[in-house]
Amino acid sequence: MNIWHIEVFNKEGVGDVVGLQLLRDIKELGIDGVERVCFKQVYLLEGEYSAGDIEKIAQRFLADPICQEFSVESLDEKAAVLPKDTARTHTVEIAYNPGVMDPWEETIGKGIIDLGCKEARSVKTIKKYVMEGSISSETLDTICDELLYNKLIQHRIRSSEKSDIEFLHSIPEYTFSLITVDLLSAANEELLAISKNAQLYLSLDEMKAIQAHFVRLGRNPTDCEIETIAQTWSEHCCHKTFRAAIEMEDRQIDNLLKSTVMKVTKELNKEWCLSVFKDNAGIIAFDEKNAIAVKVETHNHPSALEPYGGASTGIGGVIRDILGAGLGARPIANTDVFCFAPFDIPAQEIPGGVLHPRRIIKGVVSGVRDYGNRMGIPTVNGAVLFDKQYLGNPLVYCGTIGIMPKDMCTKKVDPGDVIIAVGGRTGRDGIHGATFSSGELTSSTKETLSGAVQIGNPIAEKKVLDVLLAARDRGLYKAITDCGAGGFSSAVGELGEETGAEVHLEKVPLKYAGLTYTEMWISESQERMVLAAAPDKAAELIELFAKEDVEATCIGTFTDDKRLKLYYNDNLVCDLDMEFLHRGMPRVRRTARWKVPRKTPLCLRASFSEYGSFILKTLAHPNVCSKEWIIRQYDHEVQAGTVSKPLVGARNDGPSDAAVMRPLFHSRRGIAVANGINSKYGIYDPYWMAASNIDEAIRQQVAVGADFEKIALLDNFCWGNPEDPYILGSLVRAAEACYDIARGFGCPFISGKDSLYNEYVSDRKKVSIPGTLLITSIGIVDDVGKAVSMDFKKPGDYVYIIGETRNELAGSAFCDVAGLSGGEVPRVDVARARITMEKLSQAIRTGIVSAAHDCSDGGLAVAVCEMAMAGEVGADIDLGSAPCFSDITQGYEVLFSESNSRFIVSVPAESSGEFERLLGDVKFGLLGRTKAEPDVRFISLDKAQNITLTLADIRHAWKSTLDWQ
Amino acid sequence: MKELIVKTCVLRAAGTNCDRETAYAFERAGARSEIIHINQFVSRTRTLNEFHILAIPGGFTYGDDVSSGKILANELKYNLFDDIRRFVEQGRLIIGICNGFQVLVKSGLLPDVAGDCEIEASLVLNNSGKFEDCWVYLKPPRPITRCVWTNGIERVIYLPVAHGEGKFVVKGNTVLSLLKENNQIVFRYCTPDGSPGPFPVNPNGSLDDIAGICDPTGRILGMMPHPERHITFFHHPHWHRCSERKQGDGLNIFENGVQYIQKTILTQESGDISQVADNANIKNQMSK
Repeated sequence: MNIWHIEVFNKEGVGDVVGLQLLRDIKELGIDGVERVCFKQVYLLEGEYSAGDIEKIAQRFLADPICQEFSVESLDEKAAVLPKDTARTHTVEIAYNPGVMDPWEETIGKGIIDLGCKEARSVKTIKKYVMEGSISSETLDTICDELLYNKLIQHRIRSSEKSDIEFLHSIPEYTFSLITVDLLSAANEELLAISKNAQLYLSLDEMKAIQAHFVRLGRNPTDCEIETIAQTWSEHCCHKTFRAAIEMEDRQIDNLLKSTVMKVTKELNKEWCLSVFKDNAGIIAFDEKNAIAVKVETHNHPSALEPYGGASTGIGGVIRDILGAGLGARPIANTDVFCFAPFDIPAQEIPGGVLHPRRIIKGVVSGVRDYGNRMGIPTVNGAVLFDKQYLGNPLVYCGTIGIMPKDMCTKKVDPGDVIIAVGGRTGRDGIHGATFSSGELTSSTKETLSGAVQIGNPIAEKKVLDVLLAARDRGLYKAITDCGAGGFSSAVGELGEETGAEVHLEKVPLKYAGLTYTEMWISESQERMVLAAAPDKAAELIELFAKEDVEATCIGTFTDDKRLKLYYNDNLVCDLDMEFLHRGMPRVRRTARWKVPRKTPLCLRASFSEYGSFILKTLAHPNVCSKEWIIRQYDHEVQAGTVSKPLVGARNDGPSDAAVMRPLFHSRRGIAVANGINSKYGIYDPYWMAASNIDEAIRQQVAVGADFEKIALLDNFCWGNPEDPYILGSLVRAAEACYDIARGFGCPFISGKDSLYNEYVSDRKKVSIPGTLLITSIGIVDDVGKAVSMDFKKPGDYVYIIGETRNELAGSAFCDVAGLSGGEVPRVDVARARITMEKLSQAIRTGIVSAAHDCSDGGLAVAVCEMAMAGEVGADIDLGSAPCFSDITQGYEVLFSESNSRFIVSVPAESSGEFERLLGDVKFGLLGRTKAEPDVRFISLDKAQNITLTLADIRHAWKSTLDWQ
Repeated sequence: MKELIVKTCVLRAAGTNCDRETAYAFERAGARSEIIHINQFVSRTRTLNEFHILAIPGGFTYGDDVSSGKILANELKYNLFDDIRRFVEQGRLIIGICNGFQVLVKSGLLPDVAGDCEIEASLVLNNSGKFEDCWVYLKPPRPITRCVWTNGIERVIYLPVAHGEGKFVVKGNTVLSLLKENNQIVFRYCTPDGSPGPFPVNPNGSLDDIAGICDPTGRILGMMPHPERHITFFHHPHWHRCSERKQGDGLNIFENGVQYIQKTILTQESGDISQVADNANIKNQMSK
C-alpha cells in the first residue's frame, strides 16, 4: 500500500487569489515582513495505485488543466521530514486532526472511481502555504494561529505527512466491555464528582434522583444509561430554567414558558397555528393545501471556538429541524442573526483563548455562506449587532423556513415500527469532551469543549433532503426527527417516548472503528436523521435512499414496553424506563431578582447645524450600516422565489425590512420573514427591550405588506447564567413582556429556544453577554404583487410619519455615536400600536403606498435617509410636522428617538386623501415631499434652520463601515 | 400518434440545487420538464434519448470539492460521453447554467473550438476570492452569435449571478480568437448601456468580460448568470419600481430552446407545423 503526495498549485502568471487574500489578511494583522504567499492544495492518497494511476488522477481530476500544475511523489521516497525553511521561505502545512471529518474525502473517493481507478484506502487534504519574506518563527506562529488554522480541528504538520496519515490507522479496534458507574454507594461529593468528571452537567439534586431510581432497581447504572439521562435532562433538551419553579421577588412563577410565551398562543387559539411548541419547528397554515414550518436555533459556544465549523453546523442543524418537523418540510429560506464584539477592538484587548471578532465574523459569515449556499436555500434576511460584551461569547442565530403539505404536520410512532438511521455516518466528532486528537494537540486543546466543534458537510445533508421528500410523498415513513444534540440518544428517546424502543448499536454505520457503544449512542455527528417506518415499508425506503447514494440503516424497532433498551452484540447496555427518563427529573428551583435601574437624564448640547454630522455618523454605526458585504456572499435568490430581496431600490442597495418569498411557482401567495433584535435597550430594561423587539418584528411585516392578522412569532432567548438571580430576573422581565406585548398585538408564538450560560470567564473576570432576545416573525402576504419596498419611488410623493414620537433615546444608535447615556428607553403602547399596525397594514395592502420603512435603529433620520438613498430620490422633511409627545423639545430628539410603532411612508400625491382616510384616528404627520434633487433636507422644529445631506454623502456614510474585501 | 411536446431533462446530482426553478422555466417556455438523477442514466434505467433538451442546472455538485463542477464533469465524460455526443449530433440541445456551465467547460463540451472535446477553458475563483450574488447586465456581441438559445436577443438583458468560481479563462490566445471568430461568445458582462466596465460590472474578472459561450454548433450553451431566476416580473430586484409588468429577461432563452426543437425535430417528426405551434400556445397559456 502506497501513500502518494500530490501537490496542486496555480501556474505562473495565472494569479493566486487565495495567496493574495492571505497576504492582505497578514497585512491587516499589522505584519509587514511577508512579501508573497503561494497557496498549494495537497492531496494524500493511500491505495494500490501505480505511478500512472496517480498521474491520471492528478491530471484529469485534481488539477485544472488550464490554470494549474501539479507534482507527484510517493511518500516512501519523499523525505521523511519537512523541507527546512530558509531565511526567506517559510512553509506551513495544515491538516485536519484525525477523527475530524474531511468533507472532501468522500467526493474525492468518488471522483477517483469515476476515472476507472481503484478505490482509495484513505484520502487526506492538506493546505500548504509558502510564504516569502523575512519573518521570525514567532511571527509565523502568529500568522498560523490567527489566520491559518484552529487547533480544535486542525494541526500544523510538524514531523511528516506519513506519520500523520499512519496515525489514522493506528486506532485500535473496539473490544466490548460493559462499564457500570458506581452510584449506589456514592456520597454527595462523589455524585458531584461523577457528574463533573463525565461532563454530565447534572446538579446534586438530579444526581440524587438518579441514584434513588437505581437504588430502587437494586443495581448500578451503566455509563450509557447515565449519559442518556444527562442528555435528556440537559438544559439544551428540556429547558430546565424556563420550566423551573422561580421565586421572583414577592411572586412565584410555576413555569416561565407556560406562563408567558406559550400562554399567548393558548389564549389566542388561532386556527392557523397547526403545530406549536411540540415538534422540531412551529407550523402555521399557508394556504388551502400547504403549511409553513419555522425554527430558529442558536449555535453560540461552537461558533466562539471554531467560527466556521460552529456556524455551518448551526445552519445545518436548524435545516434538519425543518426536515424533521411533522413528516418533513422543504426548506425555502434561511435567516441569520449575529451578535459580535466590535471588529476594530485592538488585538491587545482580546483576552487569552478568545478569537479576534474580525476572525469570528469572517468565519461565521463564511460558515453560513458555504452551508446555506450549498444546500440551495436562500438566506433572505438577517441582522448583525455589535457590542463589546459579546467578545468572548458571540451569538449565532440560524433560522430556517420550510413548506410542507398541511396533512403532513404530525407524526406517529407505533410499536413494531422500524428505527432507521439516515445520512451521515457516526464518528467521534461531536462527543462532548471525548475528542479524538493527535498527541501534539492534547496539551493545548480545550478538551472539555472541543467535542462540540465539528465541520459540516452540506452535500451529505442535501442528498438526504432530496430523497427524504420523495420518501415522504410516497408515505414510506411515519415519523422523523433530526439527530441533533444528544445524537441517537435524544432522537430515539423522543420518538419512542410513548412506546418504547430497542436499538442494536452494532448496526450503526461508523466512520471508523473504535467507538464504544456509548459513543455511538451519544455522538452528535452531523447530517443524520432518524425515521420510523412500518416494517413492510422499510426495504423500499432503504432502497430509495440507496439509489441516490444515501446510507439508510435499520438500527432497531419501537416496542410497546415503554422502555429504552440498547444492545451491543446481544449485550444489554442500557435498560431505562421512558417514564423516568422523560419525567423523572426533579423540578429545578431558582430565585430571581429585579432592581429598577436608576434613571439618569440625557442631554445634548449641540446646535441644529451639527445634527448633519450626527446623522452621517449614525448611518455609519456598525449596527445601522449596510451589511452588503455579508448579504452578497449569501445566495438569496436560489429557488427563484425571493420576491423582495434583502437589498432593494434603484441600485439594489437599500435595506429591505422583511424579505418576501413566493414559495410556490403557481401561486402569488407569499410569506414575509423579519427579525427584531436590540440588546442595548435591555441594559435599561429587559421588559421594554422584549417589547421593542416584538414591535420591530411586527412592524417590518406590516411595512412590506403582510397581513397583520396572520403574523406568527418565534422567541429566542440568549442569556447569561440563570443561577445568578439578577440575570434570571432580567430573563423573567423579558419573558413577561413577551406575554403582555404579543398578547396585546394578537400575535402568537409558535416556537422558541433558549440558550443560557452565555458567559466567558477570562483570567480575571467573568463577562456575561447582555440578555439578548431575538424575535423572528413570519407573515403571510396574500398577493406578492402588492408587496411594498422601502425605497422612495419618484419625486412628488407625500412623505408621512406614522405613529407618535417620544423622547426615547436610551440605548439608541445616536447615543452611541454621540457618547451619551441615560434617558428613557423606547416603550410600546400596545393598544395604540395594534391599531396603528392594523390600519397601516390595511392601507398598504390596498396598493396605494409607494414605499414604507420601519423606524428603528437611528430613528426617523436614518429611515428617511435610507429610503431616499435606496430610491435615488430626495426629500424635504419638516421635523415640526412629526406628531410628538409633550416630552419632545429638541430637533435631535425627533431625528433620533427610537420610539416604537413608527413608520415612514410615501404615498403618491393623488392617493394622499384616501391614505389619510384609511389611517382614521392613527397619529400621523405629513413630513414633506420627495423631490428630484439628490439630497435630503431636514427643517428644524422652529422652521428657522435646515440641514441638507446629499444622497452621495448618505450612501458613502452608510456603506463605508463594513465595506470589507 | 407521437406526442408533440418538447421534453427537457433537468439533470440532478448530489448538490444540484437549481433544478426545480430550471424545470419550471422550461415549462413556462412550453416544454415538459422532468428532473432526473444522474444515477438513473449511469445505471441505464433512463436514457438521454427520451429527451430533446438536456439542462444542467446550478448548484454545488459534489460540493464543488476539488474544483467547481469537476466531479460531475468527469462523471459525464467517463460514464455518459458517447450518449451525450450522440445527443448533440442528433440536433438536440444542451444548456448549462452556473454550475452546469462549469460542468460543460470542465468536461470539454464547451467551448470545443477544436472539435475534439479536449478541455480548452476553465471557470476559476472570482477575483474577489468569494461567492457573490448580484445582478448583472449582459450583452450579446455583434455580430449576433450562432447560438440557437439567444435567437433574437439583441438588447442588454438583466440577470443575477451567484457564484464563487465564475472567472472564465482559456488555454491560450488561439482559443480566445477562435471563440470570437466562430461567434461562440454569447454574452458579455456590461453596463446598462452596453459598454464594458470593471468590477462589479464584470463580477468575477472573466477574460474579455465573457459570461456565456456556445459550442461551434450553437446548440450547447453555457452561462454563469441565471436566466431561470428572471422568468417573471417579480424576479426583477426592483420590480416594485417598474410600472410595466413584463416577463423576465431570462424566459426568452428557454423559449428559444423550446421553439428550436419545435421547428426542427418535432416538425420532422410530425410533418405538421401548425399542430406543433398550437401545442406550444396551449402550453404557454396554461402557464400564465
